[in-house]
Amino acid sequence: MNAVLHLAAVSRVHGEGATEVHALRSVTFRAHPGELVAVMGPSGSGKSTLLTLAGGLDAPTSGSVRIEGHDLATLDNAGRARIRRTSVGYVFQDFNLIPALTAAENVALPRELDGEKSRIARRLAVTALEEVGIADLVDRFPDEMSGGQQQRVAIARAIVGERRLILADEPTGALDTDTGEEILRLLRARCDAGAAGVMVTHEARHAAWADRVVFLRDGVVVDETGSDEPEVLLVEEAGR
Amino acid sequence: MSIRQAMLAILEQGPMYGYQLRAEFEQRTGETWPLNIGQVYTTLTRLERDGLVEVVVGDAGSGNAGHGGVGEPLGSDRTHVYRATEAGRSEVSEWFATPVPRSQPPRDELAIKLAIAVTLPGVDVGTIIQRQRTATMASLQDYTRLKRTGRAATPQEPADLAWSLVLDALVFDAEAEVRWLDHCEARLRRAAAEREGVRPGASTPSTEGATR
Repeated sequence: MNAVLHLAAVSRVHGEGATEVHALRSVTFRAHPGELVAVMGPSGSGKSTLLTLAGGLDAPTSGSVRIEGHDLATLDNAGRARIRRTSVGYVFQDFNLIPALTAAENVALPRELDGEKSRIARRLAVTALEEVGIADLVDRFPDEMSGGQQQRVAIARAIVGERRLILADEPTGALDTDTGEEILRLLRARCDAGAAGVMVTHEARHAAWADRVVFLRDGVVVDETGSDEPEVLLVEEAGR
Repeated sequence: MSIRQAMLAILEQGPMYGYQLRAEFEQRTGETWPLNIGQVYTTLTRLERDGLVEVVVGDAGSGNAGHGGVGEPLGSDRTHVYRATEAGRSEVSEWFATPVPRSQPPRDELAIKLAIAVTLPGVDVGTIIQRQRTATMASLQDYTRLKRTGRAATPQEPADLAWSLVLDALVFDAEAEVRWLDHCEARLRRAAAEREGVRPGASTPSTEGATR
């Protein structure tokens, strides 16, 4: 099974000379279909950098980032933007919904930006909102919803149109325990249905929902629970 | 010892055979604290000695106990049905009315291990912490898997709810351990940085800062 996300020996250096900061040092990381991977580490360990690079929002200093086999470095800006819209879904701690748009409009937006007719985009959006259990809130605005409901909208936006890579940055950070657990249940269900998920979190209880937990310290993967199935990697390398 | 009181409390439901008692206990707690049947009978014998339970020899009058014993090995106490006495019931009330003492914390092998390790030269405390964190995290993943699947995920009966609460206890406990390990790591790194007079978070990679 090919990895949906593959970071190969990725390093990211910010600044230079005396102020040089090595945010990531030669990190290799994969997320496979059906797998939810949690990334844990203290602030400054490089976990946010990893997520930013995985989503094509920043480029590595060295090494490569591949999403569904596409090396992001070989794509132009338009190509990267297209991958970001069609293959990658983001979930942020603070939901990042557009306040002037309803739930359905927020979810439909990435599809519309991708050239989908707005009627079809809305239908896809409603389906995604149903999937996260808030079909009744499609015409609500973000400020008419609770935090948990807003995060469900954000998840619907991240999964609309069958995107296969879900990147979540502290998705439960702003929510109470029970609501946070519901959000994890949704992410988990999406991965069980075949997506690859990468979740950055500092909460062990939430990371425990993942199949694999990767520990980052000072830009280096120091350990992980479970394994990245070496036999799968062999097949993958042989197939190239 | 809580097993004794837990067994006594379960007997308040009605008279039971020893193996039924064990089944009722495990229904509520999963396999978390497995009871072997010998332990159950030893405890029952002591409870009987102390006048907290009495034997209702497997005759009528103990309709609640069924006509079981099928497949049970023969032996005097295995065919006995036990019932809580009046004294037993008040011991149960007393147990529920009294908080579990924390004044004498149970021995915490991990805390002891780290407490010794940080004082010894040549012990790589950073690695001990990381290995433990990975192991504890793996257990936390196991508990979480049990929580989201199986009978704890959608509790139908009070015993299922009980089991899911026991799982929560294990989850919170493991989570606390991971947090404590994070805390130890940060403290040790800061201490190491202060010793060396360097700024914390400077270029030393990985766990070496916490290494002695």
